[in-house]
Amino acid sequence: MSGDPILQVIDLQKTFGAVVAAKDINIDVSTGEVIGIIGANGAGKTTFVNMVTGYLKPSSGTIRFEGRDITGKPPRLVTQTGISRSFQVSQVFTSMTVYDNLLTALAITDSRGFNALRPIQRPDLTRRCEETLVRYQIDQYHDSEASTLPQGVRKLLDIAMAMVSKPRILLLDEPTSGVSAEEKFNIMDIIMGALKADQVTVLFIEHDMEIVERYVSRVVAFYQGEVICDKPPEEALIDSRVREFVIGEEYPLEVREAGSHADH
Amino acid sequence: MSRDRTIPGLTVALAVCAIGGYFIPDWLMNQMMFGFARALAILGLLVLWRTGLVSFGHALYFGLGAYAVALLDINLGISDAFVRLGVAMLVTGGVGTLLGFILRNYRDIFFAMLSLAFSMVLYGILVKTEALGSTDGFTVSPPTFLSAAPEGKYPLFVLICVFGWLAAVLVQGYLRSTLGRLTTAVRDNEIRVEYLGYSVARAIHIKYVMSAVLTGAAGALTAMALGQVDPDSMVNWTASGELVFVTILSGPGSVAAPFIGSLIFELLRTYAFELVPHAWQMIVGGTLLAVIFFLPGGIWSLFARALKADK
Ligand SMILES: Nc1ncnc2c1ncn2[C@@H]1O[C@H](COP(=O)(O)OP(=O)(O)OP(=O)(O)O)[C@@H](O)[C@H]1O
Ligand SMILES: [Mg+2]
Repeated sequence: MSGDPILQVIDLQKTFGAVVAAKDINIDVSTGEVIGIIGANGAGKTTFVNMVTGYLKPSSGTIRFEGRDITGKPPRLVTQTGISRSFQVSQVFTSMTVYDNLLTALAITDSRGFNALRPIQRPDLTRRCEETLVRYQIDQYHDSEASTLPQGVRKLLDIAMAMVSKPRILLLDEPTSGVSAEEKFNIMDIIMGALKADQVTVLFIEHDMEIVERYVSRVVAFYQGEVICDKPPEEALIDSRVREFVIGEEYPLEVREAGSHADH
Repeated sequence: MSRDRTIPGLTVALAVCAIGGYFIPDWLMNQMMFGFARALAILGLLVLWRTGLVSFGHALYFGLGAYAVALLDINLGISDAFVRLGVAMLVTGGVGTLLGFILRNYRDIFFAMLSLAFSMVLYGILVKTEALGSTDGFTVSPPTFLSAAPEGKYPLFVLICVFGWLAAVLVQGYLRSTLGRLTTAVRDNEIRVEYLGYSVARAIHIKYVMSAVLTGAAGALTAMALGQVDPDSMVNWTASGELVFVTILSGPGSVAAPFIGSLIFELLRTYAFELVPHAWQMIVGGTLLAVIFFLPGGIWSLFARALKADK
């Protein structure tokens, strides 16, 4: 599990004019960890994910992935090194069916050299496509156009597409936002089940503390661009600063401690 | 999935045209040559359109292709159709590659207008330069074919048909490949494409060069069919507009659509002109409005419906 960190973030800073969206962020991530990133609106969670995945260039600081400096590399190269992500708003090919979305993703990922000129409908890809649809439990939406999907299905498709490049680390920006409370755990179970099979290290942003408690091995809390807490969930969720600046005092501690892993 | 009959269909159409062409009157053969030659340009614009890009300046490549033929003829006395076509495609491919480095960074109206700007630069140069024929252009001598100099236009007609078939088959294969899928994919979501590890700029660049080369071939073949080149009907912005017009008229549904749409446009224009010499544009414009309102998929959607019906 441990050894050299897979991802190292060193003194990361980002300013937008006068707004400091990231300040002195230092995080080491080990292979196999599931990290929950929490923080109030505007705390800098998305900015952090955007910098790690090349969507934004940091103002200063260093990001290393598997020992290599990837700071400021564009998304395309970051993806090629083995990092993938989802967005707060799902990024799918809206005019295509679910099947075509995934097949297109598989084909693009497999498009080195002359492969780009091979027909997209080829047995190795179509078989992997069907398998992936089943693994993410969206096969009943096979022929539905992506723009018509329920929010949860769209999220699953988005994550399935982010996973076709076989990343070693995946960053999810609010995988359950916009999904109804009853569906959330179901969606997270599907995601975590699928990801476990691929042995991918996961960081995900989440506002729902029940989800955080249930799925993560470590919590990183942001407040005004800074990391104010980096601990296992059972310690983080009772941390006084986290309770003050992130979750709010009313979050029922005792109940959750006893019952969180049993139900759902 | 139903079997795609595009390629067998195109092949039958090629055979019918090539054989039938021997018996048809000259005026019809001319119309078909102009129509099918232009269809090559429309094929290129179709690829861009599927990517969400509209160029209002492809007369640049049409003109470059046509003028390449004329200048080869006048300066070097080269009349071979294959050499002329090859040179036109090389020139437009080269210019397309260079301009592509700029254009691939633009989208929407900026892409359209920047394309237009480049084409107007060429127009300006041609009109102002005596050595390039100025506003009159040049006449082009009839093509020869590998040292054979046959009578009549039939050999060129067959060349246009065969070349059109080849281009349609290649573009069809392209559209079914991963690169081809990067048309709709880029149009739908560039961010996703980048996060799948593919460069959107590169995908657009490749398509742009493809469309430039196809349009260059269209210009070269038109120059040979017409026997002349001139800046106003081939390089001016109205020529670019006409290409976009025919693209919309044809519809993006199939690689066969440009050939049908372009031929119909050619006939429509001729008849409209005979009918009302001073207001033929009204008929042509009215037809485009009707297509946009009633056939958003272009004329091709009528064929698609008919083909579906007999399955
Ligand atoms: N492109 C930008 N330009 C200017 N300011 C920005 C930009 N992106 C983010 N910010 C600012 O940086 C701060 C952090 O924003 P960020 O999106 O990272 O927050 P977040 O923690 O993801 O919030 P949420 O939970 O609402 O998604 C905010 O104050 C935001 O207004
Ligand atoms: Mg956010």
